[in-house]
Amino acid sequence: MALRAILLRDMRIAVRIGGGALMGVLFFLAVVTLIPFAVGPDLALLKRIGPAILWLGALLASLLALDRLFAADYEDGSLDLILMGSVPLELTIVAKGFAHWLTTGLPLVIAVPVLGLLLDLDPAAIGVVALTLLVGTPALTFIGLIGAALAVALRRGGLLLPVLVLPFAIPVLIFGVSAAEAVIVGPVPFGTPFTILCALTLASLVIGPFAAAATLRHGLD
Amino acid sequence: MRLEGRDLACVRGGREVFTGLSFTVAAGEALAVTGPNGAGKTTLLRLIAGLLEPARGQLELTEGACDTALAEQAHYLGHRDALKPALSVRENLEFWYAFLGGQDASAASTAEATTCALDAVGLAPLIGLPAAYLSAGQRRRLAIARLVAAPRPIWLLDEPTAALDAASQDRLADLMRNHLAGGGIIVAATHGPLGLPAAGELRLGAA
Repeated sequence: MALRAILLRDMRIAVRIGGGALMGVLFFLAVVTLIPFAVGPDLALLKRIGPAILWLGALLASLLALDRLFAADYEDGSLDLILMGSVPLELTIVAKGFAHWLTTGLPLVIAVPVLGLLLDLDPAAIGVVALTLLVGTPALTFIGLIGAALAVALRRGGLLLPVLVLPFAIPVLIFGVSAAEAVIVGPVPFGTPFTILCALTLASLVIGPFAAAATLRHGLD
Repeated sequence: MRLEGRDLACVRGGREVFTGLSFTVAAGEALAVTGPNGAGKTTLLRLIAGLLEPARGQLELTEGACDTALAEQAHYLGHRDALKPALSVRENLEFWYAFLGGQDASAASTAEATTCALDAVGLAPLIGLPAAYLSAGQRRRLAIARLVAAPRPIWLLDEPTAALDAASQDRLADLMRNHLAGGGIIVAATHGPLGLPAAGELRLGAA
């Protein structure tokens, strides 16, 4: 009940004016369309680095709105009341993270088929990139939760968050891209990197909320 | 129910804000916390709300209803009103009703509780307006509506009358009297009179 309320509230705020939902997709679009201009009209090259570009774009776009996730609640006093709720803070953070993923991560996955065409990817490649992003973007969000909590605890937002979070996102990026490339160029089987990507996501779903809750509890004095 | 603080001390940023502070508030009683700026009024309220840890001393709820944590039985009305500008008056209140109260989750009871609470603070005509367009006093009244909508026995009010006009201050005094009559506890940090006849006073020293 309380968790559903948090989820609905955060999603409502994200899709209203000034929310972050649309911004991620537009940023993703900007990054992906810029790359062909920079690389030049070499279709073979674009096809080969396409999955990597889509993954990099999604990684950067998913970090975009994260620094406001707890900072906005801290600044308007909502975080105090959230701490006083009867729901454990960890579960509230899971609900907030899930709302954030539904409004910023999932739209990126949905945008992949359109953006894949810009990079001359064939349907099978687009499908596999979308699948790896569907599995991998929750990991990016939930690792990012720790950075978002640190942005509150250290009273500093903006660029601090990407600097802190990007190193921890490297494994997700490596296995996400290699799972996609396994299908497109081989020779590694798709299953190996993909199961590791799934494991990374599951681990971050557990570690992220606990670490973020500990950070917020300490950071509020 | 009785709220007891014994020999409380709090350290903030390496500085001792207060030490050896003791107080008792029984059900149906109000405690006005007074003192100059920086004396630790807000700190004391946040301590009771569980948002800060005391350096020494104990906080206890005794005589009934002790099975849940103190923070979960308390409402904290701080300087910041905990409103989202993008959400309407109704959405803001319904969220806090669901999150803080949560006893009865049906849509009908939510609508009834929020409408009653908005009536009590005189915001009923603005129910569909985004909170971004409210004045400071109206935001304060919406924050107070939260205490009415989701019943919790202990109210921790930090300068509750700030930004309120005379009529709203009277309404707040009525709400506080009702709350006390129902066996509630109020601890309020204040510079002015609360409008409550039988409020005890806890005076904090200068910084």
